[in-house]
Amino acid sequence: MDGLNSFFEPLQGAWQAFEAFMLSEGSPGLFSYWVIIALMMAGFYIVIAHDNLVKKIVGLNVFQVSVFLFYITMAKVSGGSAPILAEGIEQYSNPLPHVLILTAIVVGVATTALGLALVVRIRNAYGTIEDDEIQAIEEGEDA
Amino acid sequence: MMHQKVVLRVVSKLLIPPILLFALYVQWHGDFGPGGGFQAGVIFGSAFVLYAILFGVGVARRVAPPWLMRLCLVAGVLLYGGTGVASLLLGGNYLDYNVLAHDPLHGQHLGIILVEFGVGITVAAAMITIFNVFAGQSGDEE
Amino acid sequence: MVLMLFMAAMAIAMARVRDLFAVVMLSGVFSLTAAAIYVVLDAVDVAFTEAAVGAGISTVLMLATLALTTRAEKASSDRTKSLPALFVVLFTGAILVYGTFDMPHYGDKTAPIHSHVAPRYIEKSGDEVGLPNIVTSILASYRGYDTLGEVFVIFTAATGVLAILGRTRRRRRNEANEDARPATGGPAADKEGARP
Repeated sequence: MDGLNSFFEPLQGAWQAFEAFMLSEGSPGLFSYWVIIALMMAGFYIVIAHDNLVKKIVGLNVFQVSVFLFYITMAKVSGGSAPILAEGIEQYSNPLPHVLILTAIVVGVATTALGLALVVRIRNAYGTIEDDEIQAIEEGEDA
Repeated sequence: MMHQKVVLRVVSKLLIPPILLFALYVQWHGDFGPGGGFQAGVIFGSAFVLYAILFGVGVARRVAPPWLMRLCLVAGVLLYGGTGVASLLLGGNYLDYNVLAHDPLHGQHLGIILVEFGVGITVAAAMITIFNVFAGQSGDEE
Repeated sequence: MVLMLFMAAMAIAMARVRDLFAVVMLSGVFSLTAAAIYVVLDAVDVAFTEAAVGAGISTVLMLATLALTTRAEKASSDRTKSLPALFVVLFTGAILVYGTFDMPHYGDKTAPIHSHVAPRYIEKSGDEVGLPNIVTSILASYRGYDTLGEVFVIFTAATGVLAILGRTRRRRRNEANEDARPATGGPAADKEGARP
């Protein structure tokens, strides 16, 4: 156990230093947004650069989660607590984005299911789930 | 084909009742702690999905027949909308729960519970329906 | 924040890996990590939903789709498509990063988002609705219309899935009953069989 602690000690130190930097006056305080943008970029890249339809849907999900995270980060108030009324708590995080995202997640899975259903149907009709092969089949039928 | 997965079957048989119970807890306790209709519906649906994965879609269909699920799908939406219409008939605005009981606070409680229950039914039925349709595609041997 | 970096690494891995089964599993872990982040950011209700939905139901649905389609992604031979895509993505990202310089800082109490209706919900919902969980009060009472709309979206999605996939199943079963062609005919045979 001690060995494990000593193994993680430098990591903890680095994390505390990082957190202090994040909360200090001079830091940009925008780091979380940048990570979210990186996530969004990854999702966007998966959607436009890959031909596989299932992978496109996974990419859309990544994109979606990045937007959710963006909302939730904006709702956070430093020193705040979860928005459930209780004695002795002065500062709550903003509950409104939580509501929006909560419903958005469930709607997201419903629309994902719809997309996956379309993928299965396309596979039944064309025998492939690669976008470019479907295009080729379509052009072959037109010619 | 499932005979070799005894451990999975036994453990899931033990797990499914607590999952259903937990879903109901989340449903009715959502006013006080984290939870509510959306989460409860998903958890309730996932219990059925677990059952269908382990015991076959055909068996799961006997527990939750498709016609019942479609009925629930509609019933949840209607319960939500109907709560609004009820408040309309009682002289308030649409979805204004204050008029549902003599005391506005009680009216709000009642309205929220009804609405959340509607959400829960619809979400659970939607999840079960969607999974059944997907799993039914590859035949009933799963 | 460390979790967020972890998520970013996973997203990039998802873009690289060709085995779709691994991609789906990664996306499940991705959702679970997102749920952990929501807890850190005080959004317990959202975390609950994400853990149940993202890590549970949507992973199962994607696996079902994989079982119905194919597991391996075709190795893309042309680099012609991925380079412009990378360029577009980097360009969009750069514009967004430029946009963040005007954003309120993380955890800022004076951000515009905290000054409109949110304080009223936090102060009054205890007296007006009487529930401790503000998220539930807003979800079901103040914003009842929104939630009604969401329920209709879920209803419509389930109906859509039934409309898209419900019929093919019946058609296949009829086909099997007629026993006109072998069941292993593959998708092409199915397509032919659909046309009388």
